[in-house]
Amino acid sequence: MTDAASLSRLAALLPDILRTLLWGAGATLMLTAASFALAATLGFVLALMRRSDWLPVRAVARAYLELFRNVPILTQLFILYFGLARIGITLPATVAAILGFGLNGAAILSEVFRSSINAVDRGQHEAALAIGMTPGRSFRSIILPQAFPIALPSTGSFLIGLLKDTSLASAAAVPELAFRARMLVSETYLTTEIYLTVAVIYLFLSLPIARFVRWAERRSVPHRAT
Amino acid sequence: MSSTEPLVRIASLTKAYESHVVLKGIDLEVKVGEKLSLIGPSGSGKTTLLRCINHLERPTGGHVFIDGQPIGVKRRNDAYVPMTSTELARMRASIGMVFQRFNLFPHLTAIQNVMIGQVKVLKRPRAEAHDVAMGLLRKVGIGEKADSFPDKLSGGQQQRVAIARALAMHPKLMLFDEATSALDPELVGEVLSVMRQLAAEGMTMIIVTHEMRFAESVSDQVVFMADGEIVEKGPPQQIFRAPQMERTRAFLRAIHDH
Repeated sequence: MTDAASLSRLAALLPDILRTLLWGAGATLMLTAASFALAATLGFVLALMRRSDWLPVRAVARAYLELFRNVPILTQLFILYFGLARIGITLPATVAAILGFGLNGAAILSEVFRSSINAVDRGQHEAALAIGMTPGRSFRSIILPQAFPIALPSTGSFLIGLLKDTSLASAAAVPELAFRARMLVSETYLTTEIYLTVAVIYLFLSLPIARFVRWAERRSVPHRAT
Repeated sequence: MSSTEPLVRIASLTKAYESHVVLKGIDLEVKVGEKLSLIGPSGSGKTTLLRCINHLERPTGGHVFIDGQPIGVKRRNDAYVPMTSTELARMRASIGMVFQRFNLFPHLTAIQNVMIGQVKVLKRPRAEAHDVAMGLLRKVGIGEKADSFPDKLSGGQQQRVAIARALAMHPKLMLFDEATSALDPELVGEVLSVMRQLAAEGMTMIIVTHEMRFAESVSDQVVFMADGEIVEKGPPQQIFRAPQMERTRAFLRAIHDH
């Protein structure tokens, strides 16, 4: 195929390719957002459990962390998608992927949240107790607002990582960006063109997240703003 | 409150961490309006004793009574059981504490630091809390810094905000845990003068301090502690001018020597 012929073929296919890839990008964003919501919520609960006075509660959270942190995410996805199907629980691929990324991410974020909470000086809690706050009130009004900006950078990195990792869901036929790209390549053989486009799309999705995280970090630490 | 019951009564108080005994049976009383200074070498247990008074430290044995009420525990039938965190918080709200390292809330401005307890604990309306806070900041001499965040304040200013934060709760007792020890020498005076002013207004105060001249001039009662015990207590003239115990004399000599 001459260059001119390939160019004109590309031009003809381009609208279709772009449309397909943008649909995929939308699915990727949706998958990322839903997984992140699950990971952050469950991760926060797990972080609280790790702080419990009650040993069994701490142990459960700890076991969860080790289980999900130390098994590859792809393996977890396959177990959720194919493994559960064998015992009669058939999850739609997208649901399985959200669960997989959410449950796995919860383990990672629980560590981020726990260490951020622990990074707040112990004297802060004592000062809050000394003015008559209950431990719960101190946690909400004094500790959390200070732990939040500490957790932001790592949480942001996690979110960007998650956005890219969702491409693994293509292995379970979730129709997100990477999956769409693979389908297009097998139809058109325009491997380089399509993956370059995919790279640009991922970049355009993750750069705003990075910017947003930096902005949120600045906003949440007013006393360090100049 | 009956006139015979002291504001603070400490009875057979002990505290141990594992096998390390920090307090070995402390008995002490502080009457309303009285100023008591706790002095002694580091590791003598004076800070631990102070922290037991608002139950930041849980005693191993004995009790602290505030207005006749044991703090941290309540009577049920014939035994003492732990208070709920709400009951304990309510008691702590009436006891102000000032920490060596200020412990201001860094995410809040000076005035917000003084307001938060009023709003969240006392449920005062924000406008009223703001007025009270502003009045207190002016009283400690930093009204113009009301909107500054703590990291923009000097140590002395931070400690004065911390005192205002405690006063905002209208405490009947103020605890000072080495309130000037973390300050640069030139900033000590401004904090001591606020404390002196409080003392003059009749506040009941328990002060852990290394500022002997301040302790001598402001206290009604001075307690010298060493190794978790009260070695000697008495009016400041006795402790500083005519100490009865050799350990007290040795401690004061060591301080005056350097």
